[in-house]
Amino acid sequence: MTPELKGEILLGLVKIVVVFGALQLIVMNIVWAERRVSAWMQDRLGPNRVGPQGLLQGVADGLKNMLKEETMPANAEKGLFVLAPALAFIPAMMTQAVIPFASPLPVRFDWTWPLVGRIAYDGAMPMVIADLPVGFLYILALTSLGVYGVVLAGWSSGSKYSLLGGLRSSAQLISYEIAAGMSLIAVMILSGNVSLTAIVAKQQESVWFVFALSISFVVFLVTAFAETNRLPFDMPETESELVAGYHAEYSSMKFLVFLVAEYANLFTASALMATLFFGGWDIPFTTWDQGAPTVLKSLVTLVLFLTKTLSFCFVFIWVRWTLPRFRFDQVMQLGWKFLLPLAIAYVMVIATSVYALDLAGVAFGARYGAILFALNVVILYLVFWLLDRGRLIRGARAGYRPAAVRSSP
Amino acid sequence: MITGLFWAFSGIAILAALLCITRKSPVASALWLVVTLFALAGDYVLLDAQFIAVLQVLVYAGAIMVLFLFVIMLLNLGRSGTRTDIKGWMGRVLAAALGTALVLELLPLRDLGPPEQIRIPAGTLATLAETKGAVGMIAEPLFKAYLVPFEITSLLLLAAVIGAVVLAKRKL
Repeated sequence: MTPELKGEILLGLVKIVVVFGALQLIVMNIVWAERRVSAWMQDRLGPNRVGPQGLLQGVADGLKNMLKEETMPANAEKGLFVLAPALAFIPAMMTQAVIPFASPLPVRFDWTWPLVGRIAYDGAMPMVIADLPVGFLYILALTSLGVYGVVLAGWSSGSKYSLLGGLRSSAQLISYEIAAGMSLIAVMILSGNVSLTAIVAKQQESVWFVFALSISFVVFLVTAFAETNRLPFDMPETESELVAGYHAEYSSMKFLVFLVAEYANLFTASALMATLFFGGWDIPFTTWDQGAPTVLKSLVTLVLFLTKTLSFCFVFIWVRWTLPRFRFDQVMQLGWKFLLPLAIAYVMVIATSVYALDLAGVAFGARYGAILFALNVVILYLVFWLLDRGRLIRGARAGYRPAAVRSSP
Repeated sequence: MITGLFWAFSGIAILAALLCITRKSPVASALWLVVTLFALAGDYVLLDAQFIAVLQVLVYAGAIMVLFLFVIMLLNLGRSGTRTDIKGWMGRVLAAALGTALVLELLPLRDLGPPEQIRIPAGTLATLAETKGAVGMIAEPLFKAYLVPFEITSLLLLAAVIGAVVLAKRKL
């Protein structure tokens, strides 16, 4: 092994430990933020006793959960009941690996360590754990594996509420995964690559994709709520219908692991939206951040990336206390009858317009983005004002029964 | 190292496949099948086909197997203690014979490839991987050189979907 390869491996290990640790801290604080923000929206105080402003509430909750009694339901399938939280937790942690979180950091060292030998690195270290060639498809694949944790938790608990939660989640997550994947095809067309580093670079060249691909962003935002089991689509754990859904039978650390996985998924979805549609760590209106890498640039871009991501986390919390929960058949209708056809039609529109713009000889840049943005505004208007008018989602009218109930004898 | 990883992934795949067909509980069988599919995805990565590997996880391990679990749970077949459906010695002998026949059929296939006329020139994929990335490398030959087979396959799938809907819903 060359000293350079050793250096790269060392840096990789350091990045894994730092990102994993930071993710735990962030998740702990998102839980705190959610409780404080919801309290603020409901004119309460929320947790403010442990530490300054209640910031250490997460530590207290973690300690409490570790000391609580572990329960094992009598009807549970023991092996899978223990395995399920791990199956939810591992994919949630692994998805973070491909998201670039800052501009490259210049690193330079040349050490000689006992046992290891000479270890050296000189150059710009990309601030991403692994820049896989398959990019965001890796995230989609791992999210689809996260379903197993929820489904198996629901099934192995041996309780009817849990089983219903697991069934709902498997149906819901698959439905919305398809729409999410379809909405990202437009991103793939425009950027010409699926690697997240390449997508960030492409947005630095021209405009953020939220302007060029607004419809994709809207579809992906809605599906992100469904994929992370957040209100208004928290069908797997609706308190008012299923007690706590798939994790109703879990206690102590096993429950906490589900909670951490859920909030880690929330953070990843936010980071993905920031990266795919809001330029990732890009600083708008300047090319300063794309020059030769320095430590200051890395720090500033890291702060900007976190700001963008945490704003999306705030949107998730905000929507939770704004919109009421959908009925399950409404969730399915929205996914299959509205989001999926919209995403597919949009792929065709974008493919055609990208082809037309190439034929017209418009170079990829600000003007290109402006033309696509104008197109998006027109489509947005058509979709929401001409097509919708309350027809997409049926409200709870008096005497209205879902089609499935009506047709049965 | 690559060879070692190949044997590790393939060993896991074969072991999990064996467990998949011998478990009594349908849920356990389905989960071992997921492990098999996942290990195969590892093999694809070793072949430098990262896109195929991700699709394998996304579509087969992630979506189709969840639907399997969904049906098992919906029909409530998953509880252990249900009767095994492994047949008696006649069935076992027949299965072993068929399995051997399959292996024997696979052996000559090892040296076979598509005929020279429909093969894309050697090294094309490597250059495409450099210029177009992991997805473009698949898309370029698929939508140019192999467009007609691709379209025929998609027609076949469409026919299967329509057939399934017609069979499942007698009254349309």
